[in-house]
Amino acid sequence: MILESFTHAFDLVLTLDKDFFEILLLSMKVSCLSLLLSCLVGLPIGTFLAIKSFWGRHTVLIIFNAMMGLPPVVVGLIVYLLISRSGPFGWLGVLYTPTAMIIAQMILIIPIIVSLTAQIIEEINEEYKDLFKSLVISSYKALIACLYDARYSILTVILAGFGRAISEVGAVIIVGGNIDHLTRVMTTTIALETSKGNLSLALALGIILLLIALIINLILISLKIRAKRRMYV
Amino acid sequence: MFENKKKSKSLTPIVISNLSLLLGKTKILNKIKCKIYNESIVAVLGPNGAGKSMFLKTINGLIGIESGKINFNSREINDNIRKEIALVFQKPTLLRRSVFENMQFVLEKKNKLSNLEIMKLLQRVGLDTFKDKPARLLSGGEQQRLSLARALLINPSLLLLDEPTANLDPYSLNLIEEIILDENKKGKTIILTTHDMGQAKRLAKEILFFNKGKLLEQTNAINFFKKPKTNEAQSYINGKILL
Repeated sequence: MILESFTHAFDLVLTLDKDFFEILLLSMKVSCLSLLLSCLVGLPIGTFLAIKSFWGRHTVLIIFNAMMGLPPVVVGLIVYLLISRSGPFGWLGVLYTPTAMIIAQMILIIPIIVSLTAQIIEEINEEYKDLFKSLVISSYKALIACLYDARYSILTVILAGFGRAISEVGAVIIVGGNIDHLTRVMTTTIALETSKGNLSLALALGIILLLIALIINLILISLKIRAKRRMYV
Repeated sequence: MFENKKKSKSLTPIVISNLSLLLGKTKILNKIKCKIYNESIVAVLGPNGAGKSMFLKTINGLIGIESGKINFNSREINDNIRKEIALVFQKPTLLRRSVFENMQFVLEKKNKLSNLEIMKLLQRVGLDTFKDKPARLLSGGEQQRLSLARALLINPSLLLLDEPTANLDPYSLNLIEEIILDENKKGKTIILTTHDMGQAKRLAKEILFFNKGKLLEQTNAINFFKKPKTNEAQSYINGKILL
């Protein structure tokens, strides 16, 4: 069956199967958009938490750290309750749309981006702060320098966020509804096909999903090796 | 360009009065009083934990003082004064960038002329061929030389060096000492901490001797090594443990 699945996977790719590419495209679109928005929110928050001292900072960091392990189905359920017709944001009418899936994924990715960014920037800021202070460098220039020098590590964080987004199933199936041609993504298709007993197709999609994860990890590792070799991390 | 950089009033004499520093419950510096004159090379000596590095950091404004005053030619420390002071740390802090980029970082404006000046300084510290090398891949001695070159790039009036040659090879040591003497001849006031008696004898015009956060002696270098005023200084010179 595994061999059959591999053949099926190749068939899907080589024959440019329309349905398959629609699912793949939607998966990528939802994951990339949620990642982009999460970065826009998470990177500044993480940086702020890393460089600013204020009362309750540690508590906020602990909360974000704890949120990294949020169960996706719980997130899905909460988002569902919030955006369902009777929920406080029901008027938005986004339930069972890709927007709902993006919102759910953002809630899962933002804590990863915030926590890891804070950790990276805090470490680099700790290393540089005496130098910056002795050079009487402006806070803005110091911040830019920290971000620039942490670029490889931050890229790793972004890719980790993407990994979480593309492999997400629990939350997106609840808020997306797994509607054909509308909210069906790779992970939810795998879940559906498995429940239907169509294991060969499910496995084929699984193989492609694994390939995407593999490519991301390859990029991640090669970047890290390159940066480590040049002592940039 | 750098030689002609507009400078404010001279920073010397530096008058330190009743300077105290408390870290936690420990008194790191205890009512330090001294005067540092123009174009001097001052070696700060004393056993480990005497407060030498903290003394440099307080002069640099890196650490706030608990009480007392530091006056730079009758002016209290501010950002303009601090911009004329360069501190070279015992353990060089280098950015995760190339040698050249580390130098470039301290400049406010980057242009062809500044690049030329960077290359001149790198040549002076023997690092011009490493300009594209990641700074953190340099050896300890090379990192220290880069750190010194970066400090010189801002053309400071006062150069603070925290054990600039600790654990360095003879080549780096000689090169750094030559640069220190050279910069002093050009008019820079230099304060350095060291455990190397030979280095203190070779470079210093004046000695500040610290023990347990107290300044026990400020004297001419020749007199200090010939006939120190305190028993602690005598013991330190003789390599005995100070209690």
